[in-house]
Amino acid sequence: MKKALAFAAALALMAGAASAQQYPTKPITVIVPFAAGGPTDVIARIVGESMSKTLGQQLVIENIAGAGGTTGITRGKEAVNDGYTIMMGHMGTHGAAPALYPNIRYNPVTDFEPIGMAAGTPIVIVARKDFPASNLKEFADRLKAGQDKLNEANAGVGSVSHTTCTLLHVQLGTKPTRVPYTGTGPVLNDLVGGKVDYACDQIVNLVTQIQAGAIRAYAIATPTRSPALPDVPTTKEAGMPEYEVSAWNALFAPKGTPAPIVARLNDALSKALDDANSRKRLLDLGGVLPEGNERTSAWLGTFVAAEVDRWGKTIRAAR
Amino acid sequence: MFDLIGNLAHGFSIALSLQNIALCFAGVMIGTLIGVLPGVGPIATIAMLLPLTFKLDPTGALIMLAGIYYGAQYGGSTTAILVNIPGEATSVVTTLDGHQMAKQGRAGIALGVAALGSFFAGTVATLVIAALGVPLTKVALLFGPAEYFALMVAGLAFAVVLARGSLLKATGMILAGLLLATIGTDLETGEERMTLGFSTLSDGLDFAVLAMGLFGFAEILRNIENPEARDVTRGKIGRLLPNMDDIKRCIAPVLRGTAIGGALGILPGNGAVLGPFASYTVEKKLAKDPSRFGRGAIEGVAGPESANNAGAQTSFIPLLTLGIPPNAVMALMVGAMTIHGIIPGPLVMSKSPDLFWGMIASMWVGNFLLLVINLPLIGLWVRLLKVPYRLMFPAIMVFCCIGIYSINNSPQDVLFTAFFGFAGYVLYKFGFEPAPLLLGYVLGRLMEEKLRQAMILARGDFMTFVYNPIAAGMLAVAVIVVVIAVLPSVSKSRDQVFTE
Repeated sequence: MKKALAFAAALALMAGAASAQQYPTKPITVIVPFAAGGPTDVIARIVGESMSKTLGQQLVIENIAGAGGTTGITRGKEAVNDGYTIMMGHMGTHGAAPALYPNIRYNPVTDFEPIGMAAGTPIVIVARKDFPASNLKEFADRLKAGQDKLNEANAGVGSVSHTTCTLLHVQLGTKPTRVPYTGTGPVLNDLVGGKVDYACDQIVNLVTQIQAGAIRAYAIATPTRSPALPDVPTTKEAGMPEYEVSAWNALFAPKGTPAPIVARLNDALSKALDDANSRKRLLDLGGVLPEGNERTSAWLGTFVAAEVDRWGKTIRAAR
Repeated sequence: MFDLIGNLAHGFSIALSLQNIALCFAGVMIGTLIGVLPGVGPIATIAMLLPLTFKLDPTGALIMLAGIYYGAQYGGSTTAILVNIPGEATSVVTTLDGHQMAKQGRAGIALGVAALGSFFAGTVATLVIAALGVPLTKVALLFGPAEYFALMVAGLAFAVVLARGSLLKATGMILAGLLLATIGTDLETGEERMTLGFSTLSDGLDFAVLAMGLFGFAEILRNIENPEARDVTRGKIGRLLPNMDDIKRCIAPVLRGTAIGGALGILPGNGAVLGPFASYTVEKKLAKDPSRFGRGAIEGVAGPESANNAGAQTSFIPLLTLGIPPNAVMALMVGAMTIHGIIPGPLVMSKSPDLFWGMIASMWVGNFLLLVINLPLIGLWVRLLKVPYRLMFPAIMVFCCIGIYSINNSPQDVLFTAFFGFAGYVLYKFGFEPAPLLLGYVLGRLMEEKLRQAMILARGDFMTFVYNPIAAGMLAVAVIVVVIAVLPSVSKSRDQVFTE
């Protein structure tokens, strides 16, 4: 009996190894935990298209939105770990979520096999076009002085614009009035219309409004300036070096997905980031792409743990 | 003026290229089909077809995706008229008189009037976008939370007029709709409200779940109960196309519907939803004999359908000129543009004139194609009514389930639809109308959001609605509408108000 069991186990292992070698033999589902059309969805579709070519199988995007992305990620965590269901996690689902959602049903650090970082979109601090401050320092002073009169707009609790502005407020030690909206579109509408004062959000959502002068940008929260907005200083240049944040998007597989499959997906992702066409499209979005060591699965694993820690501290400090 | 003609000519030179005509045709054809299929909506379809557009140039891709959107608005009316299922919030009103017309054997006329009215509205709206798109953008920016909340209150006042039966019951249904809209995550705190632990409810009920349940599934349950009701429809089909008399009666409603729908479509936050409701209210109030409404009045189809299509077109204005999407479909269009390397914003017009003017011109081409496709199809659609129950109902159920599942890839949503189907049947038995509930639901979510934003911005001072001229004006309209509807002395007689 024991022998038979061992034999069966060995057979199963071999079958596993064989399927890992042939992987993929059917389309791969990529869960995007947000509605189609948003920045995470767009990034998933761009890298997914290139990865499909490398892997010889279609990557099918499945949008499962809800509860700040945690609904889709929960579904992804519970999926079969054979490499045919993976997911695009991001700064919210795999960083801020444990602190925001006490009933969350997954642990970003221990429940997933990190595949690799796809792209980050830098955060820009913006205000209505007639906001009375000419640079980031004046902006920060005004925020500290007139916090009871100013209104910050964000895309709702748990959204990138909400958590990144929470970080700004914690660092400045301010508690201004926060106006929640149900997405970036309405935030922009009221920011351009001058109904609210300022916001923090991903560059891709703001870039054309800044270029057209409809809103005013004070700083971009990356170490280097963005080619899309060459006139906007970095937070470091503008005197707030501690405010460095980007909304990152990375691929994850459910825990227990075989290592060779994860490696194959990591390789395909890395090739997608080098592919001239998809690289140009990601950079046009204002995306920041991982290079060298940042592309490995191990780096992503360490990074996620650091992010969970950072956002946990920030969100608790804001309460 | 010459600029406009030159720009439009440039747009048509792009929209009329063989490839773009083909893509536009494909778009409106797919749109019509998914619109006709109950449950399958434009959002799921556009998301599914996005990868196919990767190989196309951006202009062609967006022409096709836009075609799917307004094609679906067209197709949605067909289902609303024939089987009393509104595919979209904007076709809820069409069920009221459109389906009654179908029951009287006038389905073809209802479909014909809807198609002609939509074409006219689409043509006018296209010209409005081309000529006034940029200045109208400023109107959208005037609407902050306070103004928007007041507009929604005015919209709710319209809902009272929608009632076919008792005013009290209609008010109850509106309030039930508002309550259902509070299910989901709280805007400010992020806490879940009334979700009963169901994860699919964390972002609230989906409109399609509610509409397919209360209208689609409930309608089927009702019909199974008394099959003879359908024999009326089956017996005579009548004329297929409207005659001169029908068209004459529709001219004024179509003109008014186009103006109302077009104006509301420009507003951010999906103002287009209000268009058909507002148009229906206006037609009913202006009619010599309002009691015909709800019993197959052709004006009740012509006006709202024109408003619907005009709004569908003008809701592209905030997207094209500002880069700000006013509703979920437009947000998806933003994604499609970004994937194709065009980040929407105020500069699209000057940076990519081919795309901007090509898309506007293609909208007229698309509307024309829709008319050409739909008029001959009317005969086919009407014949669908002859399909026996045992084939038609299972088919409707299957399409509804597929459609509902595809919204969020969630099996729970399908079960919720079944629940609301049962609830809709019970409500029908007690003489409650589902249309006011749906309107309350659609407006409720926006109302709560805008009210709370306005209150936060005003630091809790309700006077913000009075000091704000636009908001105050709209609230005054709401009060007047309610007073006219409720005061028996203003209406023709007390009886009529409560039994009309």
